[in-house]
Amino acid sequence: MQIKETPKEYDAVIVGSGAGGGMSAKVLSDAGLKVAVIEAGPFFDPKDPETMTQMKWPYESPRRGGWTKERNFGELDMAYGGWNLDGEPYTQKDDSNFMWFRSRMLGGRTNHWGRISLRFGPKDFKGHTQDGLGDDWPIGYEDVKPYYDKLDKMIGVFGSNEGLPNDPDGFFLPPPKPRLHELYYIKAAKKLGVTVIPSRLSILTKRINAERGVCFYCNQCNRSCSAYADFSSGSCLIFPAQKSNGQVDLYNNCMVREVVMNKEGKARGVSYINKEDGRSYEIRGKVVILAASACSTARILLNSKDGGSAGLGNSSGLVGKYLHDSTGSGRGGFIPALMDRKMYNEDGVGGMHVYSPWWLDNSKLDFGRGYHIEVWGGMGMPNYGFGMGMDGFNKFMGISEGGYGDKLRDDVKRYYGATIGFGGRGECIAREDNYCELDPDVVDQWGIPVLRFKYSFSDHELNQAKHMQQTFEQLIDAMGGHVFGDTPTKEQNYGLNKGGEIIHEVGTTRMGNDPATSVCNKYQQLHDVDNVYITDAGPFVSQADKNCTWTIMALSMRASEHIVEQLNKRNI
Amino acid sequence: MKRRETIKTLLAGSLAGGAVVSSQSCKTEGGVEGVIEEAFSVGVGRTPEERERDRKLLAEDFLTDDELGTLAILCDIILPATPTAGSATEAEVPDFINFMSKDAPFLKVPIRGGLAWVNNEALKRFDDSFEAITEKQRIEIVDDIAYPDKVTPEFNQGMKFFDRLRGLVLTGYYTSKIGIEDLGYVGNRPNVWDGVPAEVLKDHDVDYDPEWIAKCINQEKRNELVQWDDEGNVLNN
Ligand SMILES: Cc1cc2nc3c(=O)[nH]c(=O)nc-3n(C[C@H](O)[C@H](O)[C@H](O)COP(=O)(O)OP(=O)(O)OC[C@H]3O[C@@H](n4cnc5c(N)ncnc54)[C@H](O)[C@@H]3O)c2cc1C
Ligand code: SF4
Repeated sequence: MQIKETPKEYDAVIVGSGAGGGMSAKVLSDAGLKVAVIEAGPFFDPKDPETMTQMKWPYESPRRGGWTKERNFGELDMAYGGWNLDGEPYTQKDDSNFMWFRSRMLGGRTNHWGRISLRFGPKDFKGHTQDGLGDDWPIGYEDVKPYYDKLDKMIGVFGSNEGLPNDPDGFFLPPPKPRLHELYYIKAAKKLGVTVIPSRLSILTKRINAERGVCFYCNQCNRSCSAYADFSSGSCLIFPAQKSNGQVDLYNNCMVREVVMNKEGKARGVSYINKEDGRSYEIRGKVVILAASACSTARILLNSKDGGSAGLGNSSGLVGKYLHDSTGSGRGGFIPALMDRKMYNEDGVGGMHVYSPWWLDNSKLDFGRGYHIEVWGGMGMPNYGFGMGMDGFNKFMGISEGGYGDKLRDDVKRYYGATIGFGGRGECIAREDNYCELDPDVVDQWGIPVLRFKYSFSDHELNQAKHMQQTFEQLIDAMGGHVFGDTPTKEQNYGLNKGGEIIHEVGTTRMGNDPATSVCNKYQQLHDVDNVYITDAGPFVSQADKNCTWTIMALSMRASEHIVEQLNKRNI
Repeated sequence: MKRRETIKTLLAGSLAGGAVVSSQSCKTEGGVEGVIEEAFSVGVGRTPEERERDRKLLAEDFLTDDELGTLAILCDIILPATPTAGSATEAEVPDFINFMSKDAPFLKVPIRGGLAWVNNEALKRFDDSFEAITEKQRIEIVDDIAYPDKVTPEFNQGMKFFDRLRGLVLTGYYTSKIGIEDLGYVGNRPNVWDGVPAEVLKDHDVDYDPEWIAKCINQEKRNELVQWDDEGNVLNN
């Protein structure tokens, strides 16, 4: 049912409150503008005791932190969402099996993300020039550097200036010291010639302003920090935006269906369904900013039939195309030297303290692009799953498996903290034939056509995964450890994660100078409609061997400043 | 143990840990259901839908009193009390397993069937239920199913059950207050991480590289507002 009431009118309507939308709200409000943020999920504030899970014990819940269908990484994780949402399906084309992770809450997926915050390097914007694969971006590192610099200072990220050519320096807070298993890792990596440096996470090891606290090392950033010492879009962008010069109205539990147009071919605003009363409403703005995450934004454009039967901004036919996610492959091992640990509090920050940026030259390898290595391990808080599968350790030690009683207690304590794990996160080469599109047959519970995915890998990704696995085995070996499981085979895609599983989807509305081969320009403004911008990861031309969020925010800041300028000049 | 009591003991465990909750629980009206409501409304940050589901699951019946009896004995064989730490039942592990079977229904048949398998075995060998036979007789059965690398084919199904149960008991125990204390995990509290203790470094024959450590946070100055020079060097670390 469409409600006929005069829609409110704003300077800008922002769809989505995650990394991209939060930054747009902040920049626009700082400029004194009046904005509406439309968010499909409920309000969320990390410091609200009602919803807070930080510092809780597993025994405070009957399932001890286990998996639920609303919280796929454990019930204490701060994501209202997961791989599947009730009433909001997505489908697959042919034999694809793309995984799509969505969080429905203020701040989106930034409430529980890993906080790994890596700048793209100069090579990452000019991939095609380097090796003939994929395409170059219409902008280079020098265009984005000033925004990365501002972002570092505004949000805070720890790390270290290493002078590496493609992993640029920045304005870092001092990193925390490595933990014990990380010292083992450093030693092994150095032995193998694998670069290893302090990690780069958007966590405040030192004060950056009066509003946000300093990390108190609880290791639970995935639960979202009540002291606002880690980056979440709500606590670090939306709330400050509300206190800034402009006006920021939040519309929570409102699901945007499409962008609506006026007779002049400009966007007039968006129409949305209020999930609380199930009715449709319209809201108006001089400019519409889509930041619903790469795939959701593509979906909104494709559903916006005011813009033509192919959807809005889709004269190139490329909306939804060039979808790609980081590659990923993981492996773990058991390190006998780490048995019988002395107990002390080594929680540290909610993530790794060290990592390995890409260290090799691809021209000498059988895959096009690199990957970085994330490291985990240590004496973490027991959670659902603790002690399951412990038998394997006894096998490595040549001790009889299984058993019960005091032997079992001894085993648990002996092996606690003696495992290490790696995640390789690499670049997948963007291809037009990896995409999301509207499913011609299926709608969600609000009658909105849903996305259908088509995704496959090339040898570049498969060979890269194979290389990751070899590296992981060598690293574990260098630590005197035992690798878990068998080496994944070719039939198992060398352990390569499914598309989407690394949760870095980008590229669905890519930027470019030529309207025939791109959806938006270098300011993330639709080629077809000048008052619609996209500030999530849709405009990425390529992924790089870096996690995408720091770049989403730097680019969102850049695009949002452009919007302010264009509004001031009355160009849009 | 009666079901309602089971719920109560489970909640007693939960309440002991959740300071926010225990201050309210004395005011609770409406018996067990009311206690459940209170326990999970604030305690672990549930959304209304999550709270409602947990409430329903807790109130639902699954294992019978007989089954819970067998389960309790097995749990305490797997983790008996020690001079310093309570047993699996003291840590309310049977209630946890009962809850998990309702929450993850694929566990229902293996758990119920496994408990029945153990009772069938007791009946076959000693002509009585597992609960009724002697401690020594119970161990005789358990020894046949507790060691995966030594098991003979006729005990394979029993071994599979015991394996699964062992995993659940370990999780249930080491995520309880008693178990976390026994393990010696000392985190989940505000802390200032300033590196691995010196004696541990020595034990492990690893050390901090001075060049690396020079980049790390000086925890004395963590509360000072950061200042950088134009190159991004921190001026006050
Ligand atoms: C477990 C996990 C770990 C991660 N770790 C890292 C990491 O370490 N480093 C890194 O760089 N990245 C990481 N990521 C990825 C990171 O979270 C995303 O890149 C980032 O949040 C994307 O920001 P966004 O604004 O594009 O989208 P989101 O954060 O997803 O926000 C989009 C928002 O839009 C809303 N929305 C969607 N559709 C509509 C609609 N139709 N109407 C209204 N609102 C809508 C959603 O509810 C959501 O709140 C991780 C993700 C996960 C899940
Ligand atoms: S590790 Fe630090 S930043 Fe992360 S949630 Fe804990 S206190 Fe906050």
